[in-house]
Amino acid sequence: MSDEKLLEVTDLKKYFPVSAGVFGRHVADVKAVDGVSFTVRKGETLGLVGESGSGKTTIGRLVLKLLEATSGTIRFEGRDISDISARQTRMLRRRMQIIFQDPYGSLNPRMTIGEIVSEPLAIHGIAKGKARQERTVELLRMVGLQSSHLNRYPNEFSGGQRQRVGIARALAVEPQFIVCDEPVSALDVSIQAQVLNLLEDLRERLGLTYLFISHDLSVVRHISTRVAVLYLGKIFEVADRSALYEHPLHPYTQALLAAIPVPNPEVQSAQKRVLLSGDVPTAMAPPSGCRFHPRCPFAFERCSVEEPAMRDVGGGHMVACHAVENGTIQ
Amino acid sequence: MALLEVRNLRTTFQTEDGVVTAVNGLSFSLDAGQTLGIVGESGSGKSVTSLSIMRLIDRPGRIESGEIFFDGRDLLKLRDEEMRHVRGHRIAMIFQDPMTSLNPVLTIGEQIAEVVRLHLGRNHREARETAIEMLRKVRIPSPEKRVDDYPHQFSGGMRQRAMIAMALSCNPQLLIADEPTTALDVTIQAQVLELMNELQRETGAAIILITHDLGVVAETCKDVLVMYGGNMVEYGSARQIFAEPRMPYTQGLLASLPRLDAPANARLTPIPGQPPNLHRMPPGCAFAPRCTYRLERCDEIVPVTDLGHGHLARCWRCTENLQAAGAAR
Ligand SMILES: Nc1ncnc2c1ncn2[C@@H]1O[C@H](COP(=O)(O)OP(=O)(O)OP(=O)(O)O)[C@@H](O)[C@H]1O
Ligand SMILES: Nc1ncnc2c1ncn2[C@@H]1O[C@H](COP(=O)(O)OP(=O)(O)O)[C@@H](O)[C@H]1O
Ligand code: SF4
Ligand code: SF4
Ligand SMILES: [Mg+2]
Ligand SMILES: [Mg+2]
Repeated sequence: MSDEKLLEVTDLKKYFPVSAGVFGRHVADVKAVDGVSFTVRKGETLGLVGESGSGKTTIGRLVLKLLEATSGTIRFEGRDISDISARQTRMLRRRMQIIFQDPYGSLNPRMTIGEIVSEPLAIHGIAKGKARQERTVELLRMVGLQSSHLNRYPNEFSGGQRQRVGIARALAVEPQFIVCDEPVSALDVSIQAQVLNLLEDLRERLGLTYLFISHDLSVVRHISTRVAVLYLGKIFEVADRSALYEHPLHPYTQALLAAIPVPNPEVQSAQKRVLLSGDVPTAMAPPSGCRFHPRCPFAFERCSVEEPAMRDVGGGHMVACHAVENGTIQ
Repeated sequence: MALLEVRNLRTTFQTEDGVVTAVNGLSFSLDAGQTLGIVGESGSGKSVTSLSIMRLIDRPGRIESGEIFFDGRDLLKLRDEEMRHVRGHRIAMIFQDPMTSLNPVLTIGEQIAEVVRLHLGRNHREARETAIEMLRKVRIPSPEKRVDDYPHQFSGGMRQRAMIAMALSCNPQLLIADEPTTALDVTIQAQVLELMNELQRETGAAIILITHDLGVVAETCKDVLVMYGGNMVEYGSARQIFAEPRMPYTQGLLASLPRLDAPANARLTPIPGQPPNLHRMPPGCAFAPRCTYRLERCDEIVPVTDLGHGHLARCWRCTENLQAAGAAR
């Protein structure tokens, strides 16, 4: 892995307007992404974890320009892509692609597997005729499918196989960077490992860089080199995998890790876990100051008035927490 | 005698492509006050098993054969009204998506009170008081206010807790929870599981916890039943299943899991192939098409082997040390 920054996101925001009444009066905003900064280095896998509604998918779609940001900048391969034209966005799709969570909904049921995988080749005018056919077969092989699958339809495939089709389609344009949005969440455990191994092999073989979005901390730990933890549209902590899992500093990261049930009955009975009280607040009215403060066991006065800034506590381990800053948590 | 004893349950569905045997000869039992985890991939028959116990299988489904003894009586032989009484009073069920089982036009309080009135014969005011009490028990904040909320005003975790409150308000002897935390975030899941544990200690109800999450099972269940292709393939204490699995599917499942207590970069060992197609089940072992230890005789019907200390496995080779053999291959 190099130190070259492939993607650099600065103070990214996305507010979705909420309207009410017959005149659609604008009453509030859902602050889905509320000032997020992170970088992805070439060749690494940055894991982005967070609970439902924390803004993971929105970030992925913003980065890919499938959604327009409210504010903030996105630099890709050194170039500011925040305000590029539609034509330039289309060019960008040859460099970055996305794999979706839902292997059932994301493939057009009326297209054959061959048509689905070769469509990006046609859109971008990459290969024609026999060359396109050959490239399509090569892509299917790459993801563990066969040429005999070319003329079949998505409904004849299992979830894991459909996810392979989605991966082949994303790889068609030979992208540098892929956003994987919960690529294994809808799959059975016995199939998840197949797809995770495939994604790892492809990254190695093709020199890919991933932004890997998931709510599953075990999966993220397995596949990522660095991990960012998201809560209600804010990143709370970013660190190398080992630092984040072995020495989490943010109280939310600590609680999240403690809440994961481990498939080992003996470990569990011995381990006393920190239970977080309360529900996740809504992104429409995030709590003041640190948005975690109503649920945080370490909260003190300052937490409800002042938003903690991201600080490097050493070695690129970034945390946004007053209790870490003043040394209460070490 | 066990509180629940399921014997040779077979439940089928008539579909366009032919008959699907969703549950195929399942037998198991559960003692009072115990927690049994049922795990298996999607389509393995977990939900159909619980709906069969509740006798909630509707056309095109049919319970073909078997017996379901609950507290000494075969539920499959009860008249409909007797079964309705069992469903309300003795066995309660909570589902993965509480929205589908809560009525959107009634308040949470009205729905719990309704159950209480029906089953405990309380009057209107008492029933409302009980509803508030139950909401407090499942830790809904300010229950005296939230009792008048509609389901959509509750978050996912609160709805699931309201469902638990409703299910427990009639003091059932058996609670069937079908993926009760699958739709919830881990921090909320931890709260709900803790709550179920606590209420069980208090009321002594037996619980069947259906899930595909092996971590949840390890954490909450004393015994575990592993299902594959509509039938039990392994059964044992949580310790037996997690530390000494004997059936290749169970072993494969555990090996394919990314887990926090393993080295981070350890390569996963996936189970090859695809989940079974219930329309085209192999004649013998359902797992045979994906099994690395398959022999010729695996195409014949596989008997259950009793491995001692209550540990059962449906595999021709479960007495061999397969994982060691696999490592040596
Ligand atoms: N098009 C939209 N209009 C209004 N609100 C939206 C829209 N898309 C997302 N949101 C809101 O933005 C927030 C973040 O949503 P997002 O889909 O990014 O979450 P997520 O972290 O991917 O969650 P999940 O784990 O459930 O997929 C949520 O509160 C969601 O309801
Ligand atoms: N109403 C139904 N009609 C037809 N098939 C059904 C119905 N309900 C369940 N099945 C089939 O029965 C099998 C077992 O389903 P289920 O018990 O829901 O699995 P799970 O283990 O995921 O809970 C599946 O193949 C499913 O498609
Ligand atoms: S800033 Fe305060 S409330 Fe927020 S995580 Fe740190 S201690 Fe808790
Ligand atoms: S019976 Fe045969 S095919 Fe089935 S799990 Fe055992 S060894 Fe494998
Ligand atoms: Mg999402
Ligand atoms: Mg189910």
